[in-house]
Formats: sequence, C-alpha cells, structure tokens
Amino acid sequence: MRLEPVPNPTIVRRVLPLVLALGTTVVIASLLAAVAGANPFSVLGLIIKGAIGSKFALLETLNRATPLIFTGLAAAVAFRAKFWNIGAEAQLYAGALMTALLGTGLLPLPSLALLPVLALATILAGAVILLVPALLKTRFGVDEVVTTLLFNFIFLLFISMLLEGPLKDPMGMGWPKSARVIPEARLPRMVEGLRLHWGFGLAILSAGAVWVIQTRSTLGYEMRAVGLNREAAAFAGIPVNTVLVKTALLSGGLAALAGFSEVAGLKGSLTLDLSPGFGYTGIIVAMLALLNPIGVIVAALFVAGVFVGADSMSRASDVPTYLADIMLATALLLVVLAILLTRFRVVRD
Amino acid sequence: MDILEILFTASFWAAAIRIATPLIFATLGELICERAGVLNLGIEGIMVAGAFAGWMAVYSGTGLWAGVCVAMLVGMLFGLVHSILTVPFGLSQHVVGLGVTLLATSSTYYAYRLALPEVTSPPKIIAFQPYEIPALSDIPLLGPALFSQTPFTYLAFVSVAVVAVVLYRTPLGLAVRAVGESPAAVAAQGLSVTAIRMGAVIVGSGFMAMGGAFLTMSAFDSFFFEMVNGRGWICIALVVFGSWRPGKALLGAILFAAFDALQIRVQQTSFGAVFPYQVFLMMPYVLSILALVAMSRRAQVPAALMVPFNKGER
Repeated sequence: MRLEPVPNPTIVRRVLPLVLALGTTVVIASLLAAVAGANPFSVLGLIIKGAIGSKFALLETLNRATPLIFTGLAAAVAFRAKFWNIGAEAQLYAGALMTALLGTGLLPLPSLALLPVLALATILAGAVILLVPALLKTRFGVDEVVTTLLFNFIFLLFISMLLEGPLKDPMGMGWPKSARVIPEARLPRMVEGLRLHWGFGLAILSAGAVWVIQTRSTLGYEMRAVGLNREAAAFAGIPVNTVLVKTALLSGGLAALAGFSEVAGLKGSLTLDLSPGFGYTGIIVAMLALLNPIGVIVAALFVAGVFVGADSMSRASDVPTYLADIMLATALLLVVLAILLTRFRVVRD
Repeated sequence: MDILEILFTASFWAAAIRIATPLIFATLGELICERAGVLNLGIEGIMVAGAFAGWMAVYSGTGLWAGVCVAMLVGMLFGLVHSILTVPFGLSQHVVGLGVTLLATSSTYYAYRLALPEVTSPPKIIAFQPYEIPALSDIPLLGPALFSQTPFTYLAFVSVAVVAVVLYRTPLGLAVRAVGESPAAVAAQGLSVTAIRMGAVIVGSGFMAMGGAFLTMSAFDSFFFEMVNGRGWICIALVVFGSWRPGKALLGAILFAAFDALQIRVQQTSFGAVFPYQVFLMMPYVLSILALVAMSRRAQVPAALMVPFNKGER
C-alpha cells in the first residue's frame, strides 16, 4: 500500500475519519468494560454522569481541565514548531516551586500585586528549566525528547529533596509538603460560592494569547515555518535556532503556569503528588486539539471529563479507573491516524 | 569502604551486571528499531507491559521460560501497533511512540487491577535463580560477576551476540541497516521497505518487553507500579551512546550500570551520608544526559532515522 494526497477533500473525508476514531475509542472502552464484567452502557453512562451530571461534577471537571489547558498549550506551541517538549511535568513543578518559594510569606505584598509577580516568576522558572534542553539541542544537536523526559525524573527528585529538606513544612506532621501559601497568594474564586478559581480564567486568557501569537505575530509565523520545514525556513532567512529557543521559553512558561494555578488556586501548598501526570496528558490534549490553542480548551475539557467521570465510575463499579487512560491513549493514536486520512487516501499497488 | 576498594569486589560487579541486564535487552531492542529507521518511544510502556505479562504468566502457572515468551509476545503486539502507524502510515514517530507508551502502561495497570482487585501488596513468584557456570564461575572476580548470574542474564549476552551477527553478517541484517540508511535503494532492489521496518520494530519491541520482564522475573520477584521508572528513556540515550552498535551498546549499558551500582554503595558510606539520597537517585538520569552531550558530535545517526518512506514519492 501507499499514500496518495487528496487534492480537494470533501467534507465527508474531512470529518468521517475523526468521527470513526472517536467511535472506535468508545467501542474499545466498552469492550474493556465488558471484560471487567460490567455493562458497557452503564459504565459509559456513569462516566458521563460523573463528568457533567451535577454542578459538583461539572466544577470538578473544570478544575481538572485548568492545568491541562496550560500543559496542552505548552505542547501545542512546541509541537507546532516540531520542538518536542515532553518535559511539561518538570516545568509544572518548577512553576509550583516558584509559587511555594515566593508565596509563603517571602513577598509581603497585597494580593493584586503578589499574584502577577508570582505568575511572572513562574513563567520565568518554567522557561529557564526548558532552556537547558533547548540549548543542548541548538548547540550540540542533542535530541530534546530524551533530555526533557529525563529532566522530569531529575526535577521530581529535586522537589522531593527540597520537600524533605529546606522546604519541609514544620507543621506538616512529617509529610513531605511545603508550608501553605499566604492568603494573598491564593487565586480567588471566579464566582462567589462556586468552587472554581481564577486559574481557569487565566488558562482561557492564555489560550487566547497563544492564538494571537500564532496567528497575528511574526514569531507565530516563524514557528510555523520552522515546524513545516526547517531547511526551507533557514533558507528563507528565519533564524531557526533563535525561533526554537523562543518556542521553548514560551512552552516552558505555559507549562509552569499549570503549577502556579494548582498551588495558588487549588492545593495551597507544594506536594510531590501535585500532578498526576498533567504534563504528559497535555500532549494528548494538544494532539486531540490538532495543535490549535482554542481547540486545546475544548480538548482539555473533554480529557478532564473522561478522567473525572472515570474516577467516579470506578467508585460505583468494579471497572478500574485506568479505563480513562486507555481511552485517551487510544483516542490519541486513532486521531493522529484519522487526521492523516483526512488528507491522504490509501492506494493498493 | 574506599571507592577504589568497592571497584575490586566481585559483589559490586555482580550487581552491575544485574542492573545492566534489563538495559541490555531494551537497548538492543531500541537499537534494532532505530537501525531500521524507526525511533520507538513506546519503549518505556512496552517494558512495563513486558514486566507485568511475564510475571503474571508465571503467577498463573506457566514455567519461567514460557513467561519470558509471553512477555516477548505482548511486547511484539505493541510493536505491531507502533509499526502499523509509523511505517505504512508514516505518522509522527514521536507522537505514536508516546501514545504506545501511554497505551501499554495504562492497559497494564488496567489488567493488573482486574487480575488482582483485592491485594494490597502484589504476590511473589519463584523467580529465576542464579546458575553458576561450571569452571568459569571459579575465575576470581570475573567468575562471580559474570558467570554466577541467572540464565535470563546469560540470555541477554547471547542476544547481543546473535543480533550483532545477524545485523553485520547476514543479508537480513544488511537489509535492516539499509532501510535505516537509504530506504529508496532497498525498494529499488525489489525488497519491501515496509515489511523490513515493521519486522524490525516488532522484534525490537519483543526485546524491550524482555528487558521489562527481567525486572519482575529475575531482579525482583514481583510487579510494582512505576517499576520501570524511566529505564526505557535511559536506553534511548544508551543507543546513542553506543553509536547504534550492539557491542558498544552492551559496554555502555554495563558502564552505566556500574555507575549505578557504585552510587548505591557510596550512598552507604560516611561520605555519601552527607548528601540527600535524592542526589544519588538523580545520577542515572544526569549521566544519561551527559552521555548524550558527549556523543552528540560523534554520533553516527542512521541517515533515514525518523524519515517515513512512501513508495511512489520522489
């Protein structure tokens, strides 16, 4: 077999593969639920109900989507330029660390001054963390996939070291957690009485900002050009390495904001289990969103819904919550295949 | 104990070889994929799946070697998924690889929870036991280090030799290396680039799974979440460090494992007690990055690595 480009894909060709990809994912999930001895329809129903079935569920989904929007944006920005930042997990913790360092009383500022300072410091921390792999790539040609992945492990151990050492909360009953941030460093709720903090608002704003950068700025144009064809971009006079470093800084900063939002908005302190893999899940979010920043919001809500729904489903049945992870991994693989099939047709020789 | 003294104890080298074994299998697997032009980032998840599958098979009553075969087959299955998406469809090897890692890891955890819903600590199996090779194991230092390991470790060394011979001394190996360098030339010979690449990814994934299985069936006797703990990513660095050659990759894995064994021992000395233990745990990852930087200038990357091949495209 070989692939042949379809010059003017019809609307059916552009939509059908994506529908089939998501449909197949649901079928596979149903089969796995059946393997676990549950009724697939009731499992799917429980997931949907757990994700959006009540005000509480919906707010939980929105809260879970917040860090995923940030890490999804981080991946979308980087992948667009074919800079493979798989280190959003480390950058998230860098942001969380910065928030915990500066937000626990070191800067005695009023909330309106402190929060922007924290956010900026967070962005800076995430950017610096990713700068090392970015420079290793542009200076030495070291593949950033492996270095960013390995940095995740190194940085998590670094956080663990701090939490058991200098940052350990003396009031923490021996648990490795940092002291709580001061009230001025807490992100307020978006609507009084509803458990949804301004981290969500910041995430939406960030998605808008990324959209503006990507579609309305020279940097956005350059990032796309570098992603499409590095040699051609260089030939056209685009400073490829500079663009890659700028992409990395932006991507790292976005991922770090997830850490800021989790500490300042939700948890109040830095712990080792702050992120259940938000950095990695961000990659799924970005791919499902076809790397579109506005799409990232939708995809993050979907992914968060699947996780929150599956958590609630597994409490009500014998089906393990890992069903959510399988669904998302399957959706990721099938959606990238489906995107290809919207533009190419398979020809048999 | 002095660091130099540690280096001359047989138990240190025995530990180094034990730590190296899963890395040898998985590095070999990744090397086969990459020589054929396919980066397989599914490695981490495939190792998790292999670790679980082999252990679960033995726990359910098969023999140890049958367990190894089950692990290998499960690895090959994920390799098949990876290769279908990356070879004939030519999808991004980064995205597919990470997707396969997520898929393999989550299906493993799902299967684990289904198979053992009630347990708080995972059951143990009777793992591979050390087998002292007659005569050879009596050699001082080298004997206890190399020839008093489990049969699973011996298999790793045999595998390296077999893969090296196949890669460099057979037409099949030539074809595998050629699709990684110049797939168009291979297609011009009338061979199927797709079939050779898919075969390499599937076989390579089988080796990765055996690396995982070694953890549950020889190094330990039980399965834990997070057991693989980034070893797969380290193996990707080891392939680069070994310049895509089986022999060098083997030496790289042993060298790396020796450092790992050393840090464990230094941790227990009065000198090591000064540092937080996390510093030592970071070492393997830091070392991998340093190895990548050191080799970056000299690395002989297969020319067609990560370049999909589509027939009829000029």
